Amino acid sequence: MSEVRSELKYLSSHEWARVEADGTVTIGITDHAQDSLGDVVYVETPEVGSTVTAGEEAGVVESVKAASDIYSLVSGEVIAINEALEETPEIVNESPYDDGWFFKVKPSDLSDLDNALDADGYQAICDED
Amino acid sequence: MTDLLQTPFHAMHVDAGAKMVPFAGYDMPVQYPDGIKTEHLHTREHAGLFDVSHMGQALIKGEAAKSDLESILPLDLDTLKPGHQVYTFMPNAQGGIVDDLIVTCWDETTYFVVFNAACKEKDVAHFTGLLSASTSLELLDDRALVALQGPKAVTVLQQLAPECASLVFMTGKHMSIDGIECYVTRSGYTGEDGFEISVPAAQAEALAASLLASPEVKWIGLGARDSLRLEAGLCLYGHDMDDERSPAEAALGWAVAKSRRVGGDKEGGFVGADLLFAKQRDGVAEIRAGFLIDGKAPVREGAEIVDEDGEIIGRVTSGGFAPSLNAPIAMGYVSAPFAIIGTKVSALVRGKPRPMTVAKMPFVPQRYYRG
Repeated sequence: MSEVRSELKYLSSHEWARVEADGTVTIGITDHAQDSLGDVVYVETPEVGSTVTAGEEAGVVESVKAASDIYSLVSGEVIAINEALEETPEIVNESPYDDGWFFKVKPSDLSDLDNALDADGYQAICDED
Repeated sequence: MTDLLQTPFHAMHVDAGAKMVPFAGYDMPVQYPDGIKTEHLHTREHAGLFDVSHMGQALIKGEAAKSDLESILPLDLDTLKPGHQVYTFMPNAQGGIVDDLIVTCWDETTYFVVFNAACKEKDVAHFTGLLSASTSLELLDDRALVALQGPKAVTVLQQLAPECASLVFMTGKHMSIDGIECYVTRSGYTGEDGFEISVPAAQAEALAASLLASPEVKWIGLGARDSLRLEAGLCLYGHDMDDERSPAEAALGWAVAKSRRVGGDKEGGFVGADLLFAKQRDGVAEIRAGFLIDGKAPVREGAEIVDEDGEIIGRVTSGGFAPSLNAPIAMGYVSAPFAIIGTKVSALVRGKPRPMTVAKMPFVPQRYYRG
């Protein structure tokens, strides 16, 4: 059974977002996503300083099996990327919600997250899979 | 997908926690809970057990079997002694390839052939259309096929069938494994030492259970089978060759028996020979090559290959992450002048050129046991 964390927001395309204490938003892929993808071998994150848009492609995650687009949950400026993913992409499998985060955004409007799913809504989607 | 076929090991896969996917009409395990990377590395270090029962197994029998097969395949069966086997391809009359297959001589009137699952129907149609009336093709639907691959395969199988140790690469023998009558060949599709075992379907589960009793042996899914064969530089029919590609383009000239080549004692005389010889004489526009990719981004099937000016010079036909190299690798067709080892080209991945180098295949050393 995949872990779904109650404090996070989700997209049906299996990304999560966490609002940090400083108002920035961290984004990654869910435990369910990493499990379906299998061994992650490559992650393409957006560049620091670039702009991402809520609901649009922001990067790519590749497993041994296939490539999948990553969507952002919020619009804003990318202020950090997880550089550890370049050499050790497998941390996405090992720690999807903590060490395996993808990028951090300074959101232009936090209310973008009002359109995202809460844990129960996302759990329902996983149950259908 | 209720109409998918199941192999005799299906329940064992499900019990082992496999992720099952439709493949060539069968419900097959793509991976087990360990995942593709771990399964791949396990096979290279220990021994992996692969269910390949979806593949076609048949006996071609009769007084004219030998001459019939020589008219269909570019083989010299006078040099293929009983108990020996050979890799070959089945050319079509248009210059392409119907399938690739392994032919094993059981005796001078009985040949055991193993061919691709997805090609079963067309292979049988092709064979039966060309075999003499006195030659029979008997599909061995009542047999399963497993491959035991890896450096520990011989140690494991020897415990159950001591005779297996006497086989060398590309030879086979009927033998009893833990009391089950099987046909065992020392061959495979991973680049490792190992065996392929044809077993009556009714005893398939018992055989797998005996093999899995060894801590060295684990089930390995189709995902790792694909990454293992790609590292070994082995073609996959339908991807790296097909009905249209010439064996000359596919760089399979080595698989034509010496006596069947231009200038040989038994030159030509097989389906498509003239078209193959013409390609070999005139040269091919594109040829199959291997690629080592810079960086970590996998380059997958279908990616266009470009030169430094961005001109399209070819296409990737197999590509993925190579767990043993911890890097992406690919196989594909490129314009002949670029197919020289060390040539720098690029593949377009999501519109961006990814630099790569034409590389020698296999990508990892083959470890076949040749005695």
